[in-house]
Amino acid sequence: MFNRILFNLFQVIVVLGFSPLVSGVLSRLKEIVQSKRGPSIFQPYRDLWKLFHKDEIVSEESSWIFRFTPYIVFVTPIFVALLIPVLTNYPLFFAFMGDMLGGGFVLSLGGFFAALAAVDTANPYGPMGASRTRMVGFLAEPVFMIVFFTVSFVAGSTIPYIVQEKWVTPLANFFAPSHVLLILAFLMLILAEGGRIPVDNPTGHFELAMIDESKSLEYSGRGMALMKWGGHMKLFVLMCIFLNVLVTPWGLAAGQTIGAVLLAVPLVLFKIFCLLLVLVVIESSLSKLRLFRITEFLGAAFVTSVAAMIARVFLP
Amino acid sequence: MSETTNQLLDNLNALAAGLFLLTAFGIVAMRQIKGCLNLFIIQSLLLAASAALLGLRHHSEHLYGVALVNVITKPLIVPWLLRKTSPAEIYTRREIDQALNIPTSLLLALALAILAYFLGMPLLNAVGPDFRGPNVPIGIAGLLLGAFTLTVRREAVPLLIGLLVMENGAFLTGISISRNLPLLVELAIATDGLIIVFIMGVLTRAVQKHIGTTAVGTLASLKEAAPEPTTNEVTK
Repeated sequence: MFNRILFNLFQVIVVLGFSPLVSGVLSRLKEIVQSKRGPSIFQPYRDLWKLFHKDEIVSEESSWIFRFTPYIVFVTPIFVALLIPVLTNYPLFFAFMGDMLGGGFVLSLGGFFAALAAVDTANPYGPMGASRTRMVGFLAEPVFMIVFFTVSFVAGSTIPYIVQEKWVTPLANFFAPSHVLLILAFLMLILAEGGRIPVDNPTGHFELAMIDESKSLEYSGRGMALMKWGGHMKLFVLMCIFLNVLVTPWGLAAGQTIGAVLLAVPLVLFKIFCLLLVLVVIESSLSKLRLFRITEFLGAAFVTSVAAMIARVFLP
Repeated sequence: MSETTNQLLDNLNALAAGLFLLTAFGIVAMRQIKGCLNLFIIQSLLLAASAALLGLRHHSEHLYGVALVNVITKPLIVPWLLRKTSPAEIYTRREIDQALNIPTSLLLALALAILAYFLGMPLLNAVGPDFRGPNVPIGIAGLLLGAFTLTVRREAVPLLIGLLVMENGAFLTGISISRNLPLLVELAIATDGLIIVFIMGVLTRAVQKHIGTTAVGTLASLKEAAPEPTTNEVTK
């Protein structure tokens, strides 16, 4: 019991510690593809350090929502990290607090408060970005639902630790159409929710075109650092759900010892690195969609997820 | 063959069928004509893969023949024929208009796919348990989605592709319920398809030559009600 609590906390520390690194590696890889040198992979850490040591300016017109939001955005991915398998393939202490659907709701709570805070300051660009993220959000939500319902339909559960076993026992299940189509649909969701390229340009700083970035325009100092760190962690957590729950549980610790759990850290990071390579290929070969074409992108994701469900129903 | 290999082959066949369904959705929604053609090529390859996997699973040489005929005719000869016969200009066009907007037609396509399940179930119950698989309902879904493509598209080449998707769907159903179709029949069907492509390609070229567009969906407004421009052309 004590071990399980310890591992669960260790899981949170891994998410906290390595999520800026993952974002740094992703942006560095993208720069390399574009034949540039790019910033160091440790640049996100330096940014966070710098922002934590700067003064914070809060508008007099803003309400408590604006002040609370950075903490909510920072804390929600940590909550989700308690629920999902990051390092181990057996349930840890807090695992049964909520299922995947609950995790999805906790993650979207952060997005909801970030959108509210963007409206709160009455900065002209904030509400525009907030309404756009809500547009992407309400189009992405049905896909999330169908993905989770299909998962529970196939695996008979929405607890991530039970789900991940189903895809590889027996190994032939890995190639089941519903599994592969779910992976495709969820990959599109990560692109949409993480603000990656076909939906939003994470490196673009042109106010009229930005979707996700504009929500943190008014923040500075510590609030900005927390928002950024929360964003890194959200991407990391989404990748963990994708890789460890939906794709395979390979590379996760099976043993109860500290050594096995420590060994799982490089293996999981390697898996994430492979996913980053895929993301870099997608982001470098596609261009950003026009705002009203996002409907079609997420419509495609929706159709893919429903096709996963249909393919499951069709198997006699 | 051992139980695990059979299971793996079954799942791989189901995967090919699932991706087949996805490409059929893609053909309904894709904006570019070139993308539409590429998706059709992928779909035909998936059909061939499904036939080969079923052949391996049930030790049927005929299905290998089907796979081979499919690989040669649809992904290779059909695009070649289309490029030879229809005007090259249409492949560079980006946006093609549809009768419905894309999300609506996707949702209708989903409804059709679910309808295919109810159409396929009685058929599945009629055949022996050995013939059951995802191919029958997904093949029927392909048939319906191809017909749906025919109704919503307004460009000549995607219409033709819709027709070919219908044929692909019928094939996908066919290979799972009749494993010993003579190769002669397969060849006849394949040649038939090629001739359709050829005629439609030539027709597209003729249509483009006469009215300067391949958006055949707008041809409905070409009626005798407005005789002035046509008489002018005739007198010239």
